Amino acid sequence: MTATRTLISPATLARPRGRAIYWTVFTAVVVLFALAFLFPVYWMVTGAMKSPDEVARTPPTLVPQHWHTGAYTDAWDLMQLPQHLWNTVVQAAGAWALQLVFCTAAAYALSKLRPAFGKVILGGILATLMVPAQALVVPKYLTVADLPLLHTSLLNDPLAIWLPAVANAFNLYLLKRFFDQLPRDVLEAAEIDGAGKLRTLWSVVLPMSRPVLGVVSIFALVAVWQDFLWPLMVFSDTDKQPISVALVQLSQNIQLTVLLAAMVIAGIPMVALFLVFQRHIIAGISAGSTKG
Amino acid sequence: MTKTAERQRTATAVPPVPAPAPAGDRFRRRLIDQVRAYGFLLGGLLCFVLFSWYPAIRAVVIAFQKYTPGSPPQWVGTANFTRVWHDPDFTAAWRNTLYFTLLALLIGFAVPFVLALVLNELRHAKAFFRVVVYLPVMIPPVVSALLWKWFYDPGAGLANEALRFVHLPTSNWSNGTDTALVSLVIVATWANMGGTVLVYLAALQSIPGELYEAAELDGANLLQRIRHVTVPQTRFVIMMLMLLQIIATMQVFTEPFVITGGGPESATVTVLYLIYKYAFLYNDFGGACALSVMLLLLLGAFSAGYLRLTRSEGDTA
Repeated sequence: MTATRTLISPATLARPRGRAIYWTVFTAVVVLFALAFLFPVYWMVTGAMKSPDEVARTPPTLVPQHWHTGAYTDAWDLMQLPQHLWNTVVQAAGAWALQLVFCTAAAYALSKLRPAFGKVILGGILATLMVPAQALVVPKYLTVADLPLLHTSLLNDPLAIWLPAVANAFNLYLLKRFFDQLPRDVLEAAEIDGAGKLRTLWSVVLPMSRPVLGVVSIFALVAVWQDFLWPLMVFSDTDKQPISVALVQLSQNIQLTVLLAAMVIAGIPMVALFLVFQRHIIAGISAGSTKG
Repeated sequence: MTKTAERQRTATAVPPVPAPAPAGDRFRRRLIDQVRAYGFLLGGLLCFVLFSWYPAIRAVVIAFQKYTPGSPPQWVGTANFTRVWHDPDFTAAWRNTLYFTLLALLIGFAVPFVLALVLNELRHAKAFFRVVVYLPVMIPPVVSALLWKWFYDPGAGLANEALRFVHLPTSNWSNGTDTALVSLVIVATWANMGGTVLVYLAALQSIPGELYEAAELDGANLLQRIRHVTVPQTRFVIMMLMLLQIIATMQVFTEPFVITGGGPESATVTVLYLIYKYAFLYNDFGGACALSVMLLLLLGAFSAGYLRLTRSEGDTA
């Protein structure tokens, strides 16, 4: 990595005074970050390992006197965490799969197949970016509760998460923009080789689109896992609720240490996903945002 | 690469000789192409129709109706709007939402910018900082909200313990009418700052180093360099993020719902929370949709501003 010139010149930094200031600031930022971002997480994880008396003690203990794991097992059993985690996984996985299939197909059609009124449709899709999703939850809820024409209700059904997730203008646009940049002659070559549109999409376009598919996948999974208001509305049946809704519903009448343990468990999958894919996620955010 | 080259070679080796098709055939060909294109498009399009476009239209329609699920709706003119308007929570909700947005801009905006500025100067442990600052974003919002609810606990909460530790008077935090909203803004900022910092960092890195060198040669000190080089160079990103943040914070729901339940004394009821209450506590879907339409119009105006901004800057850049 070459050092690019920033606010402070390398010459200033090289001087003894500059170096002293640099290391002071550096240490300060490390301490600040540790206190602001890591300590709350540490406090949650260890809080769940304290005894109920110890958590409520003032002044609090920095390190648990005795390490209990009982709260974690209690949370797992009492709060039916496996059930809720499984619900969340099903909801997230389905939303991800359907988004990949339908958004990719639609983006491919809009980008390469020139459907009639394609521009109008794309405009309509992009317009939904301007309409903040949360402001429409109530009419969306009424639609899901009584689907037009079919007159069936999707409430308490994972489909209520899956299908609306497909209507994700951001991901669709991301895919479409990527497909637009694919060289036309490659696709034409595939067609001349006798590949149909579906075959071209499957064995030429998709293999070339791995980076964007990765980004879309992460966005899709994270969105479902983090969502709260929509699943809160849609799943009134406790057994169907994802972990985020269940946590809030159960937080009222459960012991603090058990709740903390449940919170830790609920956070682990996304944090793990982040730590594994941090390079891609951070690069994706940085790159995607500056291009607009 | 070699594969594509191969493909191209075979493509040129066997030149396709399409026979000139008669007009009727061409029409059929085009029809087939369209059917195929719409085959690919259909699934996604249907979802947009059902869950984006139709609800948007329905919000406007139901706003003028008395709507109870299961029975035929009745037109009531602007009765929903007047009823909602006279709800004492209405003023509170809008005031809180706007105040929340303003505070979120002041805190959630200046802090990440300064942080990004400092981080950009640090030459060590870069990956560590980026991961740590983004960590809260990956924690589910419900978990962060519950976590901070515990921190704000008047008994053994960490927030007051910290104040006691540095010998400051304790606060009521989310339980006091005048501190509740600020407390929620702190949570929202903590939870969402990571994304903002990363975007700023990317913007800062795209500033050409020569600009700083030139400014320094002209005798500009640190603050002058920030004012005359950094800020103008990142102005577009700043504006863009500001608008996005306004749009996002105007829809705040999870924090007030989980931490304060809208209280104390409606001090943290937001517009979206009120919409939720109308729909699911009062069963008043007409009122909920009337509120949604108002929020929609306001946010739509912000979004339009955002789009114009990105368009015009995109043309000049």
